[in-house]
Formats: sequence, structure tokens, C-alpha cells
Amino acid sequence: MRLLTVDDIDELTLGATLLGTGGGGDPYIARLMARQAIEDHGPVTVIDAAELAPDNRVLTVAVIGAPTVILEKVPSGAEFVGAVMSLANFLGEKPAAIMPIEVGGMNTLIPLAVAAELDLPVIDADSMRRAFPQLEMTVFTLAGVPAGPMSMADEKGNVVVFSTTTNQVSEKLARGTAIMLGLANAISCYPVTAGQIVEHGILGSMTYCTELGKRLAAVQRGETGAYDEFLSFANGRKYFSGKIVDLDRRTTDGFAKGTVTIEHFGDPDRTMRVEIQNEFLIAFDGDRPVITSPDLICLLDHENAQPITTEALAYGQRVDVIGLPCAPEWHREGFLDIVGPRAFGYDVDYVSLGGGRQ
Amino acid sequence: MSSLRIGIDVGGTNTDAVVVDESGTVVASAKAATTPDPFDGITAALQQVIIGVDVGRITRAMLGTTHPANAIIQRRDLGRVGVLRLAAPSSQAVRPGAAWPQDLHETVIGPSAIVGGGFEYDGTEIAPLAAEAVAKFAADCAGQVAAIAVASAFAPANNEHELRAAELIAAELGADFPVSLSHQVGSLGLLERENATILNAALLGVARQVVDGFHTALTGQGIEVESYLTQNDGTLMTAEQAERFPILTVGSGPTNSMRGACALARLSDALVIDVGGTSADVGILVDGFPRESSAAVEVGGVRTNFRMPDLISIGLGGGTVVHGSGADVRVGPSSVGYRVVSDALVQGGSTLTLSDISVRAGRLKGFGDPALASHVDEATVRAALAWTDEQVQIMSERMKASRNSVPLITVGGGSHLVPDTVPGVSEVIRPPNHAVANAFGAAIAEASGAVDRVYRYEAHGREACVDDAVQAATDAAVRAGADPKQVRITSVVEVPLSYLPGKACRVQVKAAGPLGA
Repeated sequence: MRLLTVDDIDELTLGATLLGTGGGGDPYIARLMARQAIEDHGPVTVIDAAELAPDNRVLTVAVIGAPTVILEKVPSGAEFVGAVMSLANFLGEKPAAIMPIEVGGMNTLIPLAVAAELDLPVIDADSMRRAFPQLEMTVFTLAGVPAGPMSMADEKGNVVVFSTTTNQVSEKLARGTAIMLGLANAISCYPVTAGQIVEHGILGSMTYCTELGKRLAAVQRGETGAYDEFLSFANGRKYFSGKIVDLDRRTTDGFAKGTVTIEHFGDPDRTMRVEIQNEFLIAFDGDRPVITSPDLICLLDHENAQPITTEALAYGQRVDVIGLPCAPEWHREGFLDIVGPRAFGYDVDYVSLGGGRQ
Repeated sequence: MSSLRIGIDVGGTNTDAVVVDESGTVVASAKAATTPDPFDGITAALQQVIIGVDVGRITRAMLGTTHPANAIIQRRDLGRVGVLRLAAPSSQAVRPGAAWPQDLHETVIGPSAIVGGGFEYDGTEIAPLAAEAVAKFAADCAGQVAAIAVASAFAPANNEHELRAAELIAAELGADFPVSLSHQVGSLGLLERENATILNAALLGVARQVVDGFHTALTGQGIEVESYLTQNDGTLMTAEQAERFPILTVGSGPTNSMRGACALARLSDALVIDVGGTSADVGILVDGFPRESSAAVEVGGVRTNFRMPDLISIGLGGGTVVHGSGADVRVGPSSVGYRVVSDALVQGGSTLTLSDISVRAGRLKGFGDPALASHVDEATVRAALAWTDEQVQIMSERMKASRNSVPLITVGGGSHLVPDTVPGVSEVIRPPNHAVANAFGAAIAEASGAVDRVYRYEAHGREACVDDAVQAATDAAVRAGADPKQVRITSVVEVPLSYLPGKACRVQVKAAGPLGA
């Protein structure tokens, strides 16, 4: 158990931006929310799932909608409390703790704000340890842990609770509901026990995210050896350094798709192509896929090591392409069916980057 | 006889003035020291520049000024602002003024409230406007603040609640009470737009002082003409508008400099590098306007969502210090700055600067005594030059909008550092009169209009949506005074948005044209 204070938020935010792999929503507003909640209600206690009794109930909480809408319709705070409490009422069980679904992007920090307000601890674990666009893309789905029953709420007091048969249906219902409720909503799903988290979850993700953010901050300050230390901590590698020479964006329903082409600094004949669907999904060195989902592709500004989001990509940016292995908990039977390249429509085989740091 | 325009630039150090004729030729130019009250510096520059000019031929006067920007940076002359957000029940999780620097927050932000109002992404109301709460807030602000800033959710798409709130405030505090509305100030992003609106309201007093000083200085010289101020994107606002929207002028300095440099070189598409004593800024002009930054722009430590020129700055200037020698040379980032005129080796000083390197390489002539730097070994000179050339090339490459070669215009006191050939650059141009590029940029500024909206391509088709945005921007430019026959579209940006239904796309269009008769 440890206390998370306002001072810890910046490193966590930087780590979350990196683990967003270009998407996941800009954590800026979530950071301000977490700050305000901690200022108003006091620091948040972060615990391991194993510190709870195995049958203790844990609820996840996240924002669901469209990042652009959330920039205008900033959360009220009440929608998150509403989603958590209505799911708790439906289950007839009070939660012992809150957990993030997704440690990557804005949903890393939202649970902190909610936990501060509800005076509950946050579990140091999640189900993705990166950003993914759909709520069934979790290690819980792999383990057969259902996303439902789940609840969604808006800031006005509208609440829905769904019982669902599959996690894919949960995703569909959630997405459709968000469109009707204003596209800046709270969702509470994956009502799990502490025991299920210990068995199936990705443990230590909040700590991992903070440590990653801390090391990336050292890179940004230009400290000697910081880049190597950052990469070695994540078992990651720099695959390419170059300049963006082409950017092709396409609009399809709900997905910001696109392709970014990067020309190597040292050898103009060598290019890397990164495919985008809200997040960076596949990186090709020439024609050869070198980093593939669910492993993480992160684009860093070559000069200041700031992670670049897909919406901020521009011609001429000088970038480093970093590959980080996904959480080892992903490497289980059937994972490619839900988060592998073909799950996103790319006819490409998964290239394992090996086991990521536990 | 053709008409003349006056352009004035109030910088941090100097106030520059130019008189320009209809063909864009500089007829006269002058420099004076900037003064705490802008009036004195403007008057001094005006007095000099109109010597020998037929004042009767002057038809327009344009002002670019850093006064509002400096007021924020130095936290002086700022008014206290009441902040009213129309978005409840949404947005309570982040209060107005979150993440502001503490000193600026204490100086500027007075009472604040989040009341019912604002709109959803699909245009429906989040809540009806809480009229009673607005009136009560206004009453509470009486005597407490100099102005009120109002921001509603999705105001760029629907300004109805902001307009009604303004009426309610006027009913309570009088029609003359200053109110800034967010839809007139910023684009998408409630918190950033609200921040900009608060800063705008805080600057209203400074703006009045600047505009009054400008008018008084002009009439004092017998110049009774239409007057304008330049805004962040390099286009014009009338002086009356500028009094209400001073925040839109805070980024005009670099814009005027870049546009002025390009126009002096008679180009509309080029890279511009402005090299000073300590740092160099590179930007790019496309169709005569600076490309805008996509990243959030901070003003005085406050995050805003302005359209500001996309600039890269690095520590490369005439006073940049060269450390070590031979293969171990390191350049900068420390600099002797303006003291280069005394501290550089060729000036009899003891610091090896990039200006000394330029003298040794023959890039800079007539600056000090070359013999005083003759002991610096060749390897050091070559290494420092190689570093300089590489930095210029990297900055140019980062700025370029395509793989094609473009010209590079170089201005500023340290522009000798820029080599005559740069890979990826078609030619390096050093225009005449570049010392008054800012004032020239103000003098040639045009009227403009802009649109920033989210469209659903699925409903109406991409083409119809883009056409709609183009028409709206054109109409806005004409309303701002542009000659309808000469309005042109200067930029169209489309960014697809994730998770929104109906192939949603953010479309930003800008139109501009010379002022009509």
C-alpha cells in the first residue's frame, strides 16, 4: 500500500501518454481531474489486489466517448460516481476498491479522481497496460471473465445497467449508448473479485506506468544514459529514427485510420510505415512488419522525447519509433484473435518482441 | 497620386515604423525606443517616418504590438475577471483557472461559477441556460471585477447561451460593462478557450490604452485615417475590434516578422529564419501566411488553443558561445546575447562566439577586427560551422511542408550565420529593409475570416461540408473588410475524429484578402 499524491501525477501522466501508443485520449483533462479530486478529497491509496480478501468486489471505471467531445464536455465527476454506485447497487455489493481497465491514455487517471471522491483505494493493476479502442480487448476477455454486468452514466443522472452475454456485445452496447448519451460518459464494467485480478489481471500496471514516466522524464531532461535506462526498463528498443515524409489520413466510421511514412535520417532509401487505427498498430521496416499489436508502438519527438499522438502527427516531424513488448499477461491462448494484427484487419503475422517486464 | 499606408511595430526594445506605397515599396522607415506608455514610442517613430512624406496621401495605419503579450508575461496592468462557465452539470471536475500559475491566478481570477447551460456534440442543450444563476453571478461581481469572461460548452458550434448570458449580465451591470465571450476568442477545447477568454477580459484595460495611444499619436501628427491592429495570424482587426479582443494580438510579433520578410523578398511560399543574438526562430509561410502550430500554445504559463505560427526555436545566434576546440568543440546553448558587440573576440573581448566563426569563415564582414580571431584553429572553425550549418538544415527540414525544395529567407542581426546553400533549400535570400520586417508585415496585412467546425461527412458528403466551411470563411473575411473580389482561401485542414459517428471530421478553413475600398 502506498499513497498517491498530487506530486506523483505528472510522471503517471507522462507514462500514460506513452502507453496510449498515439491514442487513448489526451490525458491532460484527466490529469486536471485527478489533481482537483486529490486536492479536494486527499491522496489516494494504491494497493495490490493481493492485499484484499480474494472475494472482495472490485469495479473498474473509465470514460467512454470521443476524445474531441470530452475536450468540450469536460466530465462532471458525478457520472463516474453514478456508474460505479449503480453497478454496485445492481450487484447488491459495495466495491472494496476501484481499478483502471486501461493503463494508457486518459483512462489511467480517471480512476484516481473517482477513488479520491469515493474514498476507496485503487488497485495497482489493469487489463490492457496500453490503450486499445474497444472494451473487449482485455486480458479478462482472454480468461473468460465477463465485462458485464456493466453500467454507464452521464452527468445528468441518466444511468443504464446492462447484463450481457459476451464482451463483444458489451462493447457494441456501450458504444451505441455513448452516442445517445453525449459521447462523454462514464462506464463501470468487469465487476471482478480481487482473486480474479490476482489470477488474470495485469498486475502492477500503475507502478509500471509511473516508473516508465519517471524514466521518460529523465530522457526529456537530457540526463546521461537516461534513454538506455528507459528502454532497458521496458525491455524496449528504438527501431527507427527519421522524419515524417508522408501522412495519409482516412475517415471511417468511428476510427481515425491512416498511414504515416518515416524516412530514415541516415539512409533516405529506408522508410518505416506505421499503420494507425486510433492507436499505432503495426510498424513496417520497408515491407517487413517489425512491431505488431498488441506490442506497443510509440512515436517520440526526436528532439524532446515527448510522445506524439496520432492527431498531432505532421509532415516534417523528426521522430523516434520505439517498440515495447506488451504485458506478458497478453501471451495467452487466443490473444491474437482479439488484439493481433488480423483482429484489426491487417493480413500480417504477429511478430513477438518477447516477454515484457512483469 | 497613389495612397500610402503606415505600419508600426511596437516590440520589446524598439518601435519601428514604415510608410509603404500601393505597390508594396518601402517609402520611408524609422526606429525609436519602445516606451512604457506605448504612445510616446509610437509618436517618436511616427515623427521620424513622416518626414518628407505627404501625410494627406496616407489612408490607413496598421499597428502590431507586444504590449498585451508583455502585460501577461510581466503580470502588470491586468484587470480582475469574473469567470462564468455555462456547462453544468458537466465540467465540475475541473474548475476554471485549473493549472494556472499561482501568481497569475491570484492577480486575474475573481469570483467564478459553473452554471447550467452549454451544448452537446449533436447540438442539443446539456441544460437550459440557468438565467437566474447568471443574473445572480453578475450581481455578485458588481464592484469586484473589471470584466466578466463567459464560456459555454460547444460555443464554437452554438453561441446562443453565451449571447443570452451577455444580455443578462448587461441587464444587471449595464450595457457598457465589459464581457468577453469564448466563441469570439477561441476554438474547440473548453478549458483552453475559457483560459483565452479570461486572459482577453483581463487585457481590456491594456487594449484601451494601446488603441487610445495609437489614435492620439496618429491625430497628433495630423493623420486622421482608419486604424487597424494585426492579430496572431497576421491579418487585421479594426482598432475597435482590437479593444474588445486584445488576446488575439499576443502572437502577432513573429507573424508580422515572417510575413514582412516574405513580402520584402516578394515571395508567398518560403521558410523564414530570424536569427538574433541568442536564438533563431524558423517558420514557414504557405500562400503568404505562417503555418500554424498544432500543439497547445501557452501564454504566460496558461494553456490556450490559439492559432499561432508554428515556430521552432533553438539556441543559435550571433552571441552563441563556442566551447572547447578542434574535435571537442561544443556550441551553445549559452550566449553573450546583445553583448556580442563587446565580448566577441573580433570586438576585443575574450569569448569565442559564432560571430567570430562567421568572421573567420568570411560570412560576416565589417564586424570588428578579423585579426583578433586569427589564433582560433581551422579545425575549431570547421567544426563550429558544420554544427551551425547542420542546425539550420535540421530546422529547415523540420519546418518544410513537403519534400520539395523551398526558398529560405533570412533576417535578423545574426542572419550572417545562415550559409548561402542549405540542402533541401532552393536558395537563401537576404532581403533589403529586413530590419523593419515586422512593421512592414503590419503595413501589408489583410483582412481575414476563419472557420473551425466539426462536420459529419456521412450525412452531407465531404465535398458539401468543405464547401460550406469555405463559404463561411469567405463571408467572415468580407465582413472583416476584405474586398469580396479578391478574397482567397489560404488554408483548409481536415482532421478525422476518432469514435465519433458519421465519419466526423474537424474542418478548419481560413480566407483572406486585401482591404476593400
